Amino acid sequence: MKSTGAQAIVKSLQAEGVEVVFGYPGGVVLPLFDALYDADGIRTILTRHEQGATHAADAYARVSGRVGVVAVTSGPGAANTVTGIANAYMDSVPLVVITGQVATHVLGTDAFQETDITGITIPITKHNYLVDDAADIPEIMAEAFHIASTGRPGPVLIDVPVDMFRAEIAYRFPERISLPGYKPTVKGHVKQIKEAASLVSKARKPLLYIGGGVLASNAAKELKELAELMQLPVVTTLMGKGAFPEDHHLYTGMPGMHGGKFTNYAITETDLLFAIGVRFDDRVTGKLATFATKAKVVHVDIDPAEIGKNRGVDVPIVGDARSVIAGVIERLRKMNAQPRTDAWMRVIDDWRARFPFHYHASETSIMPEYVVERVRELTKDRPTIYCTEVGQNQMWACQYLRIREPRTWASSGGLGTMGFGLPAAIGAQLARPDHLVIDIAGDGSIQMNSQELATAVINKLPVKVVILNNGYLGMVRQWQELFYDRRYSSSTLPQDCPDFVKLAEAYGALGLRATTPAELDDALLRAFEHDGPAVVDVRVEREENVFPMVAPGGSIDEMLGGIPGGPVSEMLDGELLEEVWE
Amino acid sequence: MRHTLSVVVENKPGVLTRVASLFARRGFNIDSLAVGETEDPTLSRMTIVVSADERALEQVTKQLYKLINVLKVQDLDPREMIDRELVLFKVNAPADRRAEIIEIANVFRAKIVDVGRASLTVEATGTSEKLAAMENLLRAYGIKELARTGKIALARGSRDA
Repeated sequence: MKSTGAQAIVKSLQAEGVEVVFGYPGGVVLPLFDALYDADGIRTILTRHEQGATHAADAYARVSGRVGVVAVTSGPGAANTVTGIANAYMDSVPLVVITGQVATHVLGTDAFQETDITGITIPITKHNYLVDDAADIPEIMAEAFHIASTGRPGPVLIDVPVDMFRAEIAYRFPERISLPGYKPTVKGHVKQIKEAASLVSKARKPLLYIGGGVLASNAAKELKELAELMQLPVVTTLMGKGAFPEDHHLYTGMPGMHGGKFTNYAITETDLLFAIGVRFDDRVTGKLATFATKAKVVHVDIDPAEIGKNRGVDVPIVGDARSVIAGVIERLRKMNAQPRTDAWMRVIDDWRARFPFHYHASETSIMPEYVVERVRELTKDRPTIYCTEVGQNQMWACQYLRIREPRTWASSGGLGTMGFGLPAAIGAQLARPDHLVIDIAGDGSIQMNSQELATAVINKLPVKVVILNNGYLGMVRQWQELFYDRRYSSSTLPQDCPDFVKLAEAYGALGLRATTPAELDDALLRAFEHDGPAVVDVRVEREENVFPMVAPGGSIDEMLGGIPGGPVSEMLDGELLEEVWE
Repeated sequence: MRHTLSVVVENKPGVLTRVASLFARRGFNIDSLAVGETEDPTLSRMTIVVSADERALEQVTKQLYKLINVLKVQDLDPREMIDRELVLFKVNAPADRRAEIIEIANVFRAKIVDVGRASLTVEATGTSEKLAAMENLLRAYGIKELARTGKIALARGSRDA
């Protein structure tokens, strides 16, 4: 069947089951937008900035489990997707980004709106393509979706010169693709799985260290089964939130810089760190030399390059988390292995009780932690997806929300991208129209992509933005307070500029403000009950810090702030410990 | 430690950039790099000489495998490989010293490939050690210009299955 290159792309999107394309048109990508204009089954969401489109597609992918798709023009359009692509790359999110490019005959001449986007994105894409023959488009599209969504997921970019969009080709969706250099290992090595099961059955103080890989492989069910079978405590990283219910008795918090003290103690004390779909990120490990030094390490990841990258490993297992966990469970059942973590769980429960997250409540001033707690309580009984911006707001969201289901949490982990939350909420709402979608925001971060309020209003996406407005770049200010002598260089933002209520109203969204604790619930409830997008400007205590905190480069069991407690060696209850060791 | 990596890649535009960019951003220095088509015109072989400890080498190998266009990465065992490099030396050669230079070239089984009024151009192939020895000797006459291909290498035939 004859089609233009642009029509071929749309047919490929339809064949891949794509329902939403996020994008922004411009000169050379017009043939593609023309083909999208009346494309059956595909909704094109016009954002107000290409970065917004990319973050929206990113969160759409995180929440739906499908590939997020972006279409933008060349030059500035393509360049504006770079932060979003880098964000998706760091967090292993499957995206296909289609960029228009200047015509083949002027490529390389610095033509109007020409930029070498394939060159720019080599380090931040899983793979990218520059189409030089329109006949290749069907294969390239199929390859791009395959690469983006399999193995360790990630963004793939396809740069399409305008003459390639226009060229006539014979369209045929390829039945199979040939990628001789790309064969992810899915099934873990049987011997290694046996070894891991044997270590789990023997460990007295085991700990499951769970990351985004478990969500990417849809392994939450298997994880819960494994944890319950052997009564293993579970810590989830920021990226792993939702992989294990946070109201479960085995849930042991988030580790790392702003994680739980009890969580970091557990990591420091564990004798078997069973790491699945994690990458031993520096924000988790702190000083590597003192990280989990008593532990043997089992590391499961589908990306071989992550295994042994930061931390030596005793049992490496390359494979898909779901298949490997199922294998370990099967083996443990065959061995008739019995849980032996009763005393260890009591140690952890004791720490959890002694070192909960903690803040000083106030009757006059709204504490930011209180806001997150109220959001948690007011949304407890309804399906909710939580997005965050980046900074203090994000860390408080990590500490005080309870994420209970997979794919109900979207936060920028590896890249720490301010401005992620609002477009992410838009993408999440499109993926799950029936869910309440909330963006926990800061007054700094929200301003990086607040233009997307227009996208939410126009497309009737009733996202709720809860701004913890402290009039600072809060996390920057916190570091300046702690490490730069309180010299608040370039970190102060006037709390009333912009007026977020008027800003919301200017876009046609509901704008609300809370300045005292007494006003908070009412404002939040009104926002959540409103049938359109809403912004709640919550004026919070200005100089509250996120505690506890591991100093940059410090050991994770030595935390600043929070409830006083020394290094783990001083925190062990003697009697309990004897039981663990007996 | 120095390693010679033999990397088979798809012969497509941009693959060299991907490989070079990976080495740069992961902080590995390339000592030399040579690329060319293999017996199969759809494939190229890159011979990359890199200084790295075992752990860094393992990491760079795994990262190379993550590139979609990379098919095979071999760390060649120095005792089990054939490696060669080609160097062109343009050497100062006044009439009265030409014979000496030609003599040196002969000893190293090198060839005189161009003769100028005041210079000779010598083409030499061999291992890095041999070429370094030759360069040392030619230095005495003054090397005006030098160009080298970078090392290429293959595993020895005895290593084949």
